[in-house]
Amino acid sequence: MRYVSLPLGTCIGMLAALAAGHVYADSDLDKAAQNPNNWAMPSLTYDAQRYSTLKQINTGNVGKLQVAWTFSTGVLRGHEGAPLVIGNVMYVHTPFPNNVFALDLNNDGKILWKYEPKQDPNVIPVMCCDTVNRGLSYGAGKIFLYQADTTLVALDAKTGKVAWTAKNGDPTKAQTGTSAPFVIKDKVLVGISGGEFGVQCHVTAYDINTGKQVWRAFSEGPDDQILVDPEKTTALGKPIGKDSSIKTWQGDQWKIGGGCTWGWMAYDPQLNLVYYGSGNPSTWNPKQRPGDNKWSMTIWARNPDTGMAKWVYQMTPHDEWDYDGVNEMILTDQQINGRQRKLLTHFDRNGLGYTLDRETGELLVAQKYDPKVNWTTGVDMNKNSPTYGRPTVVSQYSTDQNGEDHNTKGICPAALGSKDEQPAAYSPETQLFYVPTNHVCMDYEPFKVSYTAGQPYVGATLSMYPPPGDSNMGNFIAWDGKTGKIVWSDPELFSVWSGALATAGGVVFYGTLEGYLKAVDAKTGKELYKFKTPSGIIGNVMTYMHNGKQYIAVLSGVGGWAGIGLAAGLTDPHAGLGAVGGYAALSNYTALGGQLTVFALP
Amino acid sequence: MKSFFGAAAFVLAAILLWTGVARADGSGDPKAVKQEDGKYYDKDGNPTYNVKPDGTVDWYTYSGFIRYHSECHVCHGPDGLGSSYAPALADSLKTIGYTDFLSIVANGRKNVNTANENVMPAFGTSKNVMCVIDDIYVYLRARANNAVGRGRPEKHDDKPKSAAEAQDACFGTQ
Repeated sequence: MRYVSLPLGTCIGMLAALAAGHVYADSDLDKAAQNPNNWAMPSLTYDAQRYSTLKQINTGNVGKLQVAWTFSTGVLRGHEGAPLVIGNVMYVHTPFPNNVFALDLNNDGKILWKYEPKQDPNVIPVMCCDTVNRGLSYGAGKIFLYQADTTLVALDAKTGKVAWTAKNGDPTKAQTGTSAPFVIKDKVLVGISGGEFGVQCHVTAYDINTGKQVWRAFSEGPDDQILVDPEKTTALGKPIGKDSSIKTWQGDQWKIGGGCTWGWMAYDPQLNLVYYGSGNPSTWNPKQRPGDNKWSMTIWARNPDTGMAKWVYQMTPHDEWDYDGVNEMILTDQQINGRQRKLLTHFDRNGLGYTLDRETGELLVAQKYDPKVNWTTGVDMNKNSPTYGRPTVVSQYSTDQNGEDHNTKGICPAALGSKDEQPAAYSPETQLFYVPTNHVCMDYEPFKVSYTAGQPYVGATLSMYPPPGDSNMGNFIAWDGKTGKIVWSDPELFSVWSGALATAGGVVFYGTLEGYLKAVDAKTGKELYKFKTPSGIIGNVMTYMHNGKQYIAVLSGVGGWAGIGLAAGLTDPHAGLGAVGGYAALSNYTALGGQLTVFALP
Repeated sequence: MKSFFGAAAFVLAAILLWTGVARADGSGDPKAVKQEDGKYYDKDGNPTYNVKPDGTVDWYTYSGFIRYHSECHVCHGPDGLGSSYAPALADSLKTIGYTDFLSIVANGRKNVNTANENVMPAFGTSKNVMCVIDDIYVYLRARANNAVGRGRPEKHDDKPKSAAEAQDACFGTQ
């Protein structure tokens, strides 16, 4: 599954796969992704490990890293995602208005072409959490951009000319686009956003050459809309049965149900399954939507050719805290109890690190990856129990049990989760996951709201603050997914909101909200290098090789939900009248920016 | 002697006035001069806040904290203090008055040029906002005048009957 040089046996295996009908219609992306000098897809490889085999930069020399070159995107607002590098060209994207630049690496980043979409700025106010974009994809000689207004654009990679466009949603109904498209064989997959606006969200597949819609799978609704087979699609080994979604909603509420799909995807070419998560159910007031609200907060495994779901697992039934399930799915092959298994690891907003068998959807591990998580005592792992696979909810922290117009206090994690979309990385050398985490708790008070298309449909009041006794709002941790244990933990003043990168050089990279690019030892977490870039980092660190030199690059530009919740600083609501000060305010450390910084050894 | 003390008293009063005993924000002097079933108004008839010496806030200020943190927090940050891209309303209301505030919230705002793409939605058709717009205004006005600190107000008056009735009528609920 990793794209390294293929021994003969694998070639025969691939021929057999071809014979079995797994036609790799897009060899263009496969070829580009097999070259370790490139960064040809958003998560580097289909397994989303964010692990590079490049090792010119290693623990011995990373301390000497220097800025090699820089590029200003010309846009201020939160810069999520990372550029692509294919051959001698780097492709950079920006937040709204979602400009795309092709930079010539042979020529100090000279701009070969740029694409500047003309979008109606009225899409901006219906993007709940800043006008971010998580990046581009590549395939069949084209660069794919998913615009804020939900237009999926295919650009000729050489010239930047528009090859085709497809309209995936309707911004007048507050449907927007922020995620990176995902190329699998002859299709481009995109999700959609709007969980705070009552959108019935979905994943859609488009033909890579024509832009025609091939299939669409909703997150909630009748079986033919959510693309499940009542007998064949399973959850924890059992068929989900007929109407598995709509019978967990009251009346027609599933039509404004949320379950949005704005996160990252992963793909297993051998199993031919694409994996992603669905987000929170609408509204944030759990009393207004009784039922488990399936299939929000769910890990999905779908056949990318047809969209049909093979298995599902709902992590937070009847969500009461906005713990979206959209975070990345990392695919690894590891041994559990002496047996080699095909695994899927997912660090959910709800504070639990899940390990599942990605072939069958069997749940193997579910443990807290932040010790302060308190809304649940854990997941029922007893296969014979009627509540098998369900988290046990602690009444004190249940906003549903405490009810509307009641302030439920001290829930950990806060709605922004123990981790949000910022993706973790995995190193097959250490067999550890490197996870950027948030360390924040909240008070949450739900109340009744009414739905109007295109308007926010939230219904809860939030106050956020670090766990009592702690002043750090983030940790960068190493996690063993086989056992569900934290191996080491580096505290950070603010939430760690960047994507991590692991490398064969034994170094792990991440960025901080103050703007530091940091390098740590993959084994111990010891800091080996840091550099302050112009603005807070919410982008993902990436690496590439050009003319025999390895580079590390990251986008700076504070924003995203971190820029909203942390800019003014948090305060402790329970400190009592006259409490002095609060916690560090992000606005005291950084201002808006929009820059790519590229590092290399001298 | 009399005139000296008179002059001193006058100067003292003037100093007191200058040092902010009488505040002013975008709507002028926020001091509550009228009250109708728990809702307070300033001398010009604009909604305003009332904070008792022990810190108890009027119902509308408390309700405004709740509603602000549901509808506005997502862009404007906690406690009216702004985000990386939306202004701190605790500052804005030092110069923006009640009628302008209503207009901006109802119609939205566009600030689009080569350096900036800041757009605020129009909330005019959102009941979740417009039915409680006075509450939100009163809370932010209190923040702009530093009458209420950060975080949820610890003590507040009970919800007046007329507030419940007005909300029900506006939301169309029982």
